[in-house]
Formats: sequence, structure tokens, C-alpha cells
Amino acid sequence: MTAQAGGAPTASGAPGTPTTPAAPTRRRGSGLAIARFAVARVVGLVATLFVASIVIFGALFLAPGSPITFLTHGRSMSPEAVKALEHEYHLDESVPAQYWHWLTGVLHGDFGTSILYHDSVGSLIASRVVNTVALVLFSAVLIIVLGLSIGIYAGLRPGRLAGTLMGTSTALMAVPAFVAAVVLTLVFAVDLGWFPVFGSGSGLLDRIHHLVLPSVALALASVAFVGRLTNAAVREELAADHVQTAISRGLPYRFVVRRHVIRNAAVPMLTVAGLTVAGLIAGSVVVEQVFQLNGLGSFLVTAVQQKDFPVVQAICLIYVTSFVVLNTLIDLLYSFLDPRIAVGRGPS
Amino acid sequence: MTTPLLQVEALNIALPVDGELRTVLHDVSFSLEPGRTVGLVGESGSGKSMTARAVARLLPPGARVRGRLEFDGASIVDLRGEALRRYRAGDVSMIFQDPRSAINPVRRIGDFLTEALRINGGMSSRAAGARAVELLAEVGIADGARRLRQYPHELSGGLLQRVMIAATLAVRPRLILADEPTTALDVSTQAEVMAILGRLRAEYGMAMLFITHDLDLAAAVCDETIVMYAGSVVEQHRGASLHEDPLHPYTAALAQARPDIDRATRRLPAIPGYPTTAYEVPPGCAFAPRCPHAVAACTTQEPQLVPIGDGHSRCIRAEELRGRMLTGPSTTEGVA
Ligand SMILES: Nc1ncnc2c1ncn2[C@@H]1O[C@H](COP(=O)(O)OP(=O)(O)OP(=O)(O)O)[C@@H](O)[C@H]1O
Ligand code: SF4
Ligand SMILES: [Mg+2]
Repeated sequence: MTAQAGGAPTASGAPGTPTTPAAPTRRRGSGLAIARFAVARVVGLVATLFVASIVIFGALFLAPGSPITFLTHGRSMSPEAVKALEHEYHLDESVPAQYWHWLTGVLHGDFGTSILYHDSVGSLIASRVVNTVALVLFSAVLIIVLGLSIGIYAGLRPGRLAGTLMGTSTALMAVPAFVAAVVLTLVFAVDLGWFPVFGSGSGLLDRIHHLVLPSVALALASVAFVGRLTNAAVREELAADHVQTAISRGLPYRFVVRRHVIRNAAVPMLTVAGLTVAGLIAGSVVVEQVFQLNGLGSFLVTAVQQKDFPVVQAICLIYVTSFVVLNTLIDLLYSFLDPRIAVGRGPS
Repeated sequence: MTTPLLQVEALNIALPVDGELRTVLHDVSFSLEPGRTVGLVGESGSGKSMTARAVARLLPPGARVRGRLEFDGASIVDLRGEALRRYRAGDVSMIFQDPRSAINPVRRIGDFLTEALRINGGMSSRAAGARAVELLAEVGIADGARRLRQYPHELSGGLLQRVMIAATLAVRPRLILADEPTTALDVSTQAEVMAILGRLRAEYGMAMLFITHDLDLAAAVCDETIVMYAGSVVEQHRGASLHEDPLHPYTAALAQARPDIDRATRRLPAIPGYPTTAYEVPPGCAFAPRCPHAVAACTTQEPQLVPIGDGHSRCIRAEELRGRMLTGPSTTEGVA
């Protein structure tokens, strides 16, 4: 994260320089700085993804067992047949050539062929990605809406209820997603029967119904975490000198809260909420397994067990890309929310 | 004598620290007439800011206030809701020590200057913007239109403090509370900002409560100066002779501890010993542990603020020491 909030004044802010001409220069200057900042972030993003792709591809060669063993189902085959298989899956080429082949394919949207299903990895993933995206989105909405509301409420209205909310949050923060999943299933699916125990459902409403428990399980600890952090950010801003200034100017309380407290607390609030949502990608694998949602996560687990390398590579790449892209977006949002960031930074 | 704009009478303030109330102001009384300037001087922690904050109704939550605080004859302590908001919006304005922390860092200078005009003054954005440019011109910032688009971190401390003064002018309050407005600035900027503040204050006839560490500055700027020690007023002095004719040994010590321009190389050290807080004052005179003139009686009876010369002094030996305080300990009686 870019957390250096250094307030280094720029040259044009020198004391007593009412003679500095040309307003447009300055504006173009800061516009340029922001553009340069955005370009630098995007270049960083591409570089990160490139390295990630090498790691993902290379890691499979470090894993024990070769795909050929799996392709032949352990049976002994004639060297010719093995050769033919190796050729079909490009296993006879050098590693860099294989990587290059894979990468150019990926860039054209071709993730190769599944060893297990003999079908294109792209279409196998496409049918499952919706479930994962829905799960993560649902959880993200819970985190952002509930986490921010609880935190803002507790920050603005300290008291019994706020204390209870924060105390509960501290306890919930420590609950891992799989524990939450098991407890929620026992209570709301098995005992009360309000929700299905597992599965993805069919049709829009049924799917949403099936997604409630998994989403809550995935989001619970994060809601608590974001809630606590928002609470702290709001309290800190409430006590900040500039808020005291705003109050001393007789501005209405609601205005001060909206324009100064929440607005400034939004910088840490949204950054943490965003990072937490990006972190859901990892948690979703576990939750999909527990609730047997037919998403990318459960597909990944099967693929790893079956050594279906093209599928593993594709899903890992999708996970890493989503995570890195989300992070870059948060970074850009952060610098947009806090004007001290972009301008203070060089193009590095 | 005109009726005072601000009347503070036996003001006692206690703040909650670790669940108990601690006294920070003890029996503070003074008054300020329209258009005049009263200075508050004293070491760090003596209660200067708390006094100003009490006037602006900006005390920390849980503060206990006793005594009278009146603005234009009406009790400030009793102001509620809309009346309180109007009092803050139009009657008093506070200028803070560090403009960099007192102005929202993520909003533009224009937002800062126009928000009060728009929200409290009901101006349109366009009219408020035009007015803001005029206000900036009044504090010597010529390229106002450009400044309005900038963020606080793009301006120097001196410029920001001028923006703060411009915001005060927008309201044209009857009372300015200036809490060390130049302490965070470098020396040359300090003089500029003081000059602007002085000129505008005189031009618009605003009264000012001016807080400073600087005895000479107080003497130069203020019609009357109040010296505070450990939450109490120890001296109240009209006119500009504060540092030449101190009425209280603490003021004398402050005068001697200040850097001397003529003998810049031989700066006197700060006053020996540590300042006491109002919470832990010993019985008798609060200054006794550091006072070079202390005698046995000082630790047994609490001195009252009594009239002397151009003002008042809270020292039992004020009369006898008058005119001899600056020469150092002049008595043969040791500290008992
Ligand atoms: N929020 C608070 N809670 C409790 N005590 C406080 C609080 N703020 C200040 N104090 C105490 O009140 C006393 C007076 O503080 P005040 O800020 O008025 O001093 P000051 O004279 O303005 O000092 P300085 O020159 O450092 O600004 C100090 O002893 C300080 O420790
Ligand atoms: S009362 Fe005594 S201790 Fe206090 S200032 Fe006067 S001489 Fe010093
Ligand atoms: Mg202070």
C-alpha cells in the first residue's frame, strides 16, 4: 500500500508568492502528476502479473508427480503413445517454450485443455465463475454496508449499544470462515431449516437463497474487522483539530459529520474495506468447499487433487489477477480520496 | 467605562482525567471591551487555551464549568442548539496555533473559505467563491482564484494562517480568539501575519483575545495583558509596561527568561524549575516553589489578586517588591 501521506509542500506553495503567474501551468502540472501516478500504478500492475504468471507456471514443475503419469492413468504405454500425448500437451518442448506457448494462449483467452475433462479450460471455468463472483460480491456488499454502518454508528454515538457492537466485533474478528460456516450451517440450516445446507441452487432467487449462509460465513470476521476500524477512524476524525475548527465556525453538526468526519475517515475506511474484499478471494475457496458451491474454489481443489495442471494454472492466474487488479483500484481510489498522495509522489 | 463584550468571572474548569475531575482553571476573571485586545501569557499548560476554548464552547467532553462566562451580557455556558451555533457562526471566531492541522487536509482552500459563507451565510457557490477571492486579497494573497483550487499541503504555513485569518474575516465576528497564531510560523512570517491581523482588527473594530508565549509581543499588541500560572491569573496589567514593570515575580521571571535582542549571545535560561498544573498546586502561592522572592508566609496563605499600579497582582509581597523584581533576589530573608 502507498501509505506515505507526507504533506511536503510543493515549490509553488512558497511563502508570500502572490506573483506566481499562470494558473493553467499549475493545473496541468498536477493533472500530469496524477496521470503519471496512474500510469506508474498500471505499469506496476502489469509487471506484478508477469512475475505471478511465471511463478504459477513454474510452480507446477516443482510439484511432485508429472502430468504424464496422470494422462496415462499409471498404465504403461508405448513410447510412441507417450510421445504423442506429450506433443498434444506441449510437454516435449523446453520449459520457456511451454511457458511462452501458455502465456500467448492466455493472452488470447485460451487457457488450454483440461487433462481431466478433455474440454476447454475457458468454458469449464466460465460455468463456475458466476457462483464465485456472486459469493464474493454478496460478501463484499455485507462487509461494506454492515461494516461501515456499524463502525460509523459506534464512532458517532458512543454508548452502551456502541460498546456492545464493538465488543462483539472483537470476538467475531477471531472466528475463521470455516468455523463460522459450520456454526451457521448447524444453527440456520440444520436446526432452524431456514436455509439449505449446501449446493448452489437454480434460478435467481433460489441461488441467492443458497448464497446467504456462505456469504455471511465468508464476510463475518471481515464485517467485524471493518466495523472496528471504521469506528476508530471516525473517532479519530471527530477529535481532529480541523473538525474542532469546523464546529467552532458554527457549521451544522450534520454538515460537519458528513463533510469533514466521514469524508476524512473514508480514506482509511474504504482502503481497509477494499483490501478486505480482495482478501475474500482466498477465503472463498474454503467456504465453497464447506457449502459445496460449484465455484472456482471447489473446482481448484479438485483440479489440484487430480493434477489437472491447465485448470490449476488458469484458476490461480484468475485469483492473482483479481487480487492485484483490486489492489491497484484501491490504490488509485486512495490517492483520489487523499490529494496529498498523488502529488507528493514521484513517478517511481 | 463601556460595557464589556466578554465578561469572565470566577471561571473554574475541571476536566476528566482517568475518571476523576482535575482542575485546569482556577478562579479566572477578566473582561474585554468591544474593539480592544486582551493578551493571555504564561508557560505551557497554564490554561491559556482552555480559557479561549471555554469562550468558544470547545471544551473537551465531560468538562465541568463553574463561574460566569458572558458574551454581550448573555451567558455563554447556557447557549444551546441554534443559539450556540449562531454564536459560533457570527460572534466569535477562533484562529488556531497550527493552521496545517486546523484546516481539513483533503478539501480545497476554496471549500474551507466558502463553506461558512454558503452554509451559514446562504450565499451561492459562485458568490461565495468571488467573496473568498476578495477576502484572500485582503490578507495579501493576490492570486486568490488559483489558491482556491489548491489543497492545504500545497501552501506554506504562513499562507495557510492568512487563509485562516481570511476565513475569520468572512464572518467579521465581534471577538477573535487567537490562540498563538504565529507560534508555528517562522520569524519573518510571524511579523507579516501579526501585521495583517493587527490591521484588519483595527479596521473592522473587532475585539481580540490574544494568546501568546511572548511577553514582548503581548505588550506590543495588547491593551491589557493577563499572566497565567497553573490555571490562575497571577497578574493583570494595562498598557505596554508589562516587561519593564512587572507586578508579579512570575512575570518578572518570564521577562528575564525571554531571549534578549541586545544580548543575543547571552540568552538567559528558562525559568528554573517546572511549571505546576492547577491540579497539583501546593497550599499557598502556586509559584512559591520557583519564586526567588518566596518567604515563609507564601506557603501558608493563598495570595489574592489585589490592585497595584496599572493592574492587579496575586503576590503577598507585590507592594514591597515593586520595581525590584527584575534585579533578581533582593532580600536577605532566605526561603524558609
Ligand atoms: N483534553 C484534556 N483533558 C484533560 N486535561 C487537559 C486536556 N487538554 C488540556 N489539558 C490540561 O489542561 C491544562 C491547561 O492546558 P492548556 O491547553 O490550556 O494550556 P496552554 O496554556 O494553552 O498551554 P500551551 O502553551 O502549551 O498551549 C494543562 O495542564 C493540560 O495538561
Ligand atoms: S506570594 Fe510569595 S511565592 Fe508567590 S509570587 Fe509572591 S513572593 Fe513569590
Ligand atoms: Mg495552548
